[in-house]
Amino acid sequence: MAQSHAHDDHAHAHGNHHEEGWFLKYFWSTDHKMIAKQYLLTGMALGVIGAYFAYVFRMQAAFPNKPVPGYGLVTGADYNALVTNHGAIMIFWVAMPVLIAAFGNFLIPLMVGCDDMVFPRLNRLSYQIFLISAIVLAGSFFVEGGAFGGAWTSYPPLSAKAEYNLTPLGPTLWLAAVALEFVAFLLGGINFVTTAMNSRAPGMKAFDLPMAVWMIVIASILFMCSVGPLIAGAVMLMFDQTIGTGFFDPDRGGDPVLWQHLFWFFGHPEVYVVLLPPLGFVAEIITTFSRKRLFAYKTVLYTTIGTGVLSFFVWAHHQFIAGVDPRMSNVFSVTTVLISIPIAELCFVYIATLYAGSISFRVPMLWALAFIAEFLVGGVTGIFLGASGADIYFHDTYFVVAHFHYTFFPIAIIGTFAGVTYWYPKMFGRHMDETLGKIHFWVTIAGFNGIFIPLFILGAAGDHRRIFDYSNFPELASPELQAMRVFATVSLLVMLAVQPIFAWNFFRNMWKGKIAEANPWNANTLEWQCPSPPPHGNFNPMPEVYRGPYEYSHPGRADDFWPQNSPT
Amino acid sequence: MVKPIATLRSASGVPTGRLALWWVIASEIVIFGGLLGSYLLHRLGHPEWSTYASHTNTWAGAFNTLVLLTSSLSAVLGHKAAEAGDGKKAAKMLMFTCLGGLTFLVVKGFEWTYEIQHGYTITANGFWSFYYTAAGLHGLHVIAGCIIMLFVAADARKNKELQRVELIGIYWHFVDLVWIFLFPLLYIAK
Repeated sequence: MAQSHAHDDHAHAHGNHHEEGWFLKYFWSTDHKMIAKQYLLTGMALGVIGAYFAYVFRMQAAFPNKPVPGYGLVTGADYNALVTNHGAIMIFWVAMPVLIAAFGNFLIPLMVGCDDMVFPRLNRLSYQIFLISAIVLAGSFFVEGGAFGGAWTSYPPLSAKAEYNLTPLGPTLWLAAVALEFVAFLLGGINFVTTAMNSRAPGMKAFDLPMAVWMIVIASILFMCSVGPLIAGAVMLMFDQTIGTGFFDPDRGGDPVLWQHLFWFFGHPEVYVVLLPPLGFVAEIITTFSRKRLFAYKTVLYTTIGTGVLSFFVWAHHQFIAGVDPRMSNVFSVTTVLISIPIAELCFVYIATLYAGSISFRVPMLWALAFIAEFLVGGVTGIFLGASGADIYFHDTYFVVAHFHYTFFPIAIIGTFAGVTYWYPKMFGRHMDETLGKIHFWVTIAGFNGIFIPLFILGAAGDHRRIFDYSNFPELASPELQAMRVFATVSLLVMLAVQPIFAWNFFRNMWKGKIAEANPWNANTLEWQCPSPPPHGNFNPMPEVYRGPYEYSHPGRADDFWPQNSPT
Repeated sequence: MVKPIATLRSASGVPTGRLALWWVIASEIVIFGGLLGSYLLHRLGHPEWSTYASHTNTWAGAFNTLVLLTSSLSAVLGHKAAEAGDGKKAAKMLMFTCLGGLTFLVVKGFEWTYEIQHGYTITANGFWSFYYTAAGLHGLHVIAGCIIMLFVAADARKNKELQRVELIGIYWHFVDLVWIFLFPLLYIAK
């Protein structure tokens, strides 16, 4: 580094050198905080694309075969491609990069009290592979035949044969993008787990780690242990697509249901991979804003590990109507309903943490509380789908769509907003505006419920999730049902309309916001004990740790918080 | 590049490089596990695959098993030399291991050429699809291991980063172990 600066001084001031400095700082940095911001902004940009897709296909569902403003007439193939890539983008290119990669990168080194990740260059490589995967995915929209439209689960034979899906290149590019994304997160995950295990500040024991670190680490391990079979499956499916093997082709001795097993063996733990980080953020936020210890730290930890283990034994509940043995369905019904116990327990633990606390409803706290409330609805409706008998009716209806949006919206959107509003002062050294934040919060939450409550009812009434034009189905095209589709779409428009408020609040206050001090929320964890924003190297001197992360309102202390690194 | 403090700490007691490598291997185990699990289930459902499997060359496979096991031995000797601080010897041992990997790939090349010439291509049927995919994925690991080993050996010769000799050795044992599963499943089971 020092050498290249010296070189700069000797050379005449070219525009190039400025470019290089800028490039090195923003695109070639190995600093964990910069990589976190790269992931955050890339994820948010892709979130805008995913939201735009939702806007287009919801307009088609509510106002069939009318040109959509900003898109035009939606064809059946367009509709399928938009739905498919909305799902894939929101999970693989928004929830994963923002919740795990951005917050993992930003928080883990700061929260464990060290200066960077253990492998900074591997970290940079992980982001670069992720960026390439996003570009490959975006590119799939511009190839012959268009983007893949066979749902984000990519079931063969539809995904395997161009004769069926009519998109000769889309499925392969889609699969390549997903596989690259997995590689990026494997590299990132190894970095996270190793950093948390090995780079903790002197004095910091495993049970002194903030819950956010534990959750990201457990999520990374779940990802690592579940994604392998799908990587193998992706190679097999790609061979089926490109060189004509028959792994998933029943005519040639293959088995299409095998793909579903490989996909969901990953796909269900993946739900917990993205759920755990925001659960960790919520733990940090509710303790800070209720000035209470986290209720039952070790119980939360063991419960989470239990949930993680159990999440490997529930996958076939996605396949109840795929022709799996009914005896197997029974077993998976039981495991699926079982897994709601630890998750319910976590909700109770968080509520117990709030009990008798001195709660202040700052914007991050509102998001954290909304997370618990909305995720609860997602969890409760999951019980209907986990019961194999009920699932035969509900499968592939909008009830399922509403159910998993009540889990994924709290995870990916509410969780992100909670994390961003809470750690914004640390990331950028300035405050966001509270009033704008509250307006954005209430309208977003109202809009979200307005979208998906009608979809529960529509699903129960029989709306199939893959139908592009209901006017072809007279019994579903009744004015009452259509009115609910319109209500959901209008709610979406309202929700999208307030997102620019967040964007304004986020980008403007990077430069114009009120300057934030090092520890604006009076929190205990180590990231708040270094300057805002943290300089290169984070801490000076490096911290030592004396206690756990949640010593709020400790009796006999003047302050109601007790930083982890404070000797007294 | 200056190593960050984070890289030098070892709160768990296991050196950072080795800890990370175990996680790499954990994630590799599930990749091969998924592939071989799929193969096993197919194999159990298709008794006729044993006739296809009878066309594989067990003796070539056995020879390759011997080659890989021997190359693991030199990786261990390399580790021993690195522990004693003898980087030159460690590098030499790693080059032997590399040579083993290369021999393995050459034998594989002859096998595949023979099989493809006799019509047993990857698209011939399910057995051959798995045969080429599983052995191919393993072969990629052999190639990657050899390339990394050349870099580690180049450093070790100058007595730099000697701890990496052990790490590449652990990785090589893993590659070896995968073959120990592949050999009976693809060659011996007729």
